[in-house]
Amino acid sequence: MERVDAYPTREYQGFKLRPGKSFPFGATFVPGGVNFSIYSSHATACSLVLFDKGQAQPKVEIPFPDEYRIGNVFSMIVFDLNYENIEYGYRMDGPCDPQQGHRFDSSKILLDPYAKAISGRDVWGQAPNWENIFPHRSLLVFDDFDWDNDRPLEIPMEDLVIYEMHVRSFTRHPSSGVKFPGTFAGIRQKLPYLKDLGANCIELMPIYEFDEFENSRIHPETGETLMNYWGYSTVGFFAPKSGLAATGKMGMQVDELKALVKDLHRNGIEVFLDVVFNHTAEGNEKGPYISFRGIDNKTYYMLTPEGYYFNFSGTGNTLNCNNPVVRNIVLDCLRYWASEYHIDGFRFDLASILGRDPSGYPLSNPPLLESLAYDPILAKCKLIAEAWDAGGLYQVGSFPAYGRWAEWNGKYRDGLRRYLKGEPGLVEDIALRIQGSPDLYSSRGPTASINFITCHDGFTLNDLVSYNDKHNEANGEGNQDGGNDNNSWNCGWEGPTTDTGINSLRLRQMKNAVAMLLVSQGVPMILMGDELGRTQNGNNNTYCQDNALNWFDWNLMDSSSELFRFFSNCIKFRLAHPIFRNRWHLSNQDRVGSGYADITWHGTKAWNPDWSSSSRLLAFMLNGKHARGGIVEDNDIYVATNMHWDSHWFELPRLPEGKNWSVSVNTSVNTPEDIWEVGHEPMLDNQNEILLGDRSVVILVGK
Amino acid sequence: MAFSVTLKMLKNGVAELSLVGELDASVANEFKLAVEKAAAENAKNLVLNMKDLDFMSSAGLRVLVFAKQKMGFDVDIYVIAAQEAVRETIEMTGFHHSVIMQDEFIAI
Repeated sequence: MERVDAYPTREYQGFKLRPGKSFPFGATFVPGGVNFSIYSSHATACSLVLFDKGQAQPKVEIPFPDEYRIGNVFSMIVFDLNYENIEYGYRMDGPCDPQQGHRFDSSKILLDPYAKAISGRDVWGQAPNWENIFPHRSLLVFDDFDWDNDRPLEIPMEDLVIYEMHVRSFTRHPSSGVKFPGTFAGIRQKLPYLKDLGANCIELMPIYEFDEFENSRIHPETGETLMNYWGYSTVGFFAPKSGLAATGKMGMQVDELKALVKDLHRNGIEVFLDVVFNHTAEGNEKGPYISFRGIDNKTYYMLTPEGYYFNFSGTGNTLNCNNPVVRNIVLDCLRYWASEYHIDGFRFDLASILGRDPSGYPLSNPPLLESLAYDPILAKCKLIAEAWDAGGLYQVGSFPAYGRWAEWNGKYRDGLRRYLKGEPGLVEDIALRIQGSPDLYSSRGPTASINFITCHDGFTLNDLVSYNDKHNEANGEGNQDGGNDNNSWNCGWEGPTTDTGINSLRLRQMKNAVAMLLVSQGVPMILMGDELGRTQNGNNNTYCQDNALNWFDWNLMDSSSELFRFFSNCIKFRLAHPIFRNRWHLSNQDRVGSGYADITWHGTKAWNPDWSSSSRLLAFMLNGKHARGGIVEDNDIYVATNMHWDSHWFELPRLPEGKNWSVSVNTSVNTPEDIWEVGHEPMLDNQNEILLGDRSVVILVGK
Repeated sequence: MAFSVTLKMLKNGVAELSLVGELDASVANEFKLAVEKAAAENAKNLVLNMKDLDFMSSAGLRVLVFAKQKMGFDVDIYVIAAQEAVRETIEMTGFHHSVIMQDEFIAI
């Protein structure tokens, strides 16, 4: 049967039309043509503006006839378009009354909020034509990628090891040796490296279309161009950033990113996206018209009673996430990424904003967060909140979770950093952090806790042990930007040094950090490059640096092979031992009749931890019969941490008859004996006690 | 340059399509029809000679996907002598995993 709605009913300047379908929003292929659908609560008129690719002026503007609008939705089918050669946008008319929240301007051509690909910044860093009347243009995209048998991997949350990565930074450095540097295709070429490292999830910093030229400027002293490099400022929520794709100039970024996801999945690696729904690239009153401002300003943005933009994001505007219309676009967007791109999880930038009502007050039961948690398409996706915002809301431990949401655990980061640098009085805090923060997530379990010591915000791991203070002069803001609460320690000298004692202590501190991270309950996250001791020269906020400060230097693979080996063996050790990957909190009791509690605490004397305020030592033992709540049996594991500047003997808890302690990790011993491959750990000669060097970590396996 | 595609049945059930010129959305349907014709001949192998193909857009790539699905899983698709730009397009979008890329056709 041929469809009867596949024929035009009207013609406008040679273009054949018929009334469109309201659903789905955006541009969709239908037999013989393209269905365009867009909504606005306050527009009085709307035209579809079509361009031939790259042309300065439109080829046609087609006003939506009255009967093509249902409710607030304008929809129209246009037949016989050469889809590869079309760029489209909308022109909207309506009130311009900023005090009432309206900023319609019919002189502007607007990007479709549902655009699935966007041209205008096709090749990264290529200076645009600033006179362009329509700089970010919506493109037509086929949703027909050949996925074979792929689907999201659904690795259990507790089994993940996350690797946070910036797409461009990963392979842009000339040393990467990839064919398409700085792109999605470039990452594909580095799959063997990721496999060697052993992480099973990569979290991509923003890949939604953004404008690297937003607020770009020249550093007054260095002459370096500073850009919106990280990309935490969205132009289009449904479109992958063209400039991160080698095929961006051909408009094939969608296929290229999907090919990356498919390849990663084939290698057992999940893909998370860092998504920015808290604000857009349109800035405040002085910002440009890109899309939302001209389509329905009052709906999309949180506005003060006077019509100014609330600034809970610290970037000029705040998306009005709990307006029902905006809530739906966020939901549509995530559903699209989960179903069309097979994305495994999302990390929400400044997620606390998503829980504010239209006047900015925190909601106790935010509908958006609830919708996401209960959505059928997102049902198996991991949802991770950055549980604070720039407006002072700090919800680590209290983010509305609906049994689904995990959080970046800022308290884990701060506690571990302070303990690592040798601050006293932290052992009780560390005991909680290592257990997956039961004080914060008692009802949610350790998988609610994304444990990390470093992330893109702040120092790299190497800088954390090399700098006491931030050194952000390269950002051109007089070292005023970036956080001051780094909890870092330079080990005796600020910055690089040839002092071998300091350098070996720094290396040891990095090993201590990753060792503690990977034996903690919860979900560990590693920052790209930390495994090779990547430095940003003490810059703790490299958001604007398109250069070696951010680029992953692959030459480090030679000079830092010791650290890489340590990282990758720590990851493999974690993944070999289910005892570190419990779904529920440890009880500190013996509920399986093993004779030992699931976790027991020790000090220089076994069974006698020093909880005092001057203590810098803590050891614990995980009993193997309790792994995964007692469902599986694992080895007993003993972990001792000495953050004191002196070495100490630790008495070892005795193992059941027939079992002995073998050493897996001892960070105070020179490589290659600092860490042993899983299954090859040598037995300790002395089963009664072990000497921990100053500032070191020991991990033993009972077998 | 104008696009053309010619189908030649070789021995052993090999269908050879020679692609010439620039393959984009405006001509992709000609390529698709040729693939359908090859499928109708019950070809065992599909050989795409791209020696003289100067450009392939996303629409062309989609026909490759179509070919793979239309011909069935038993049919191997060979991409022969693709020029650098075309080869890169196929690589960047990951499609080289689904076809056999060769300089000249040697049945595997």
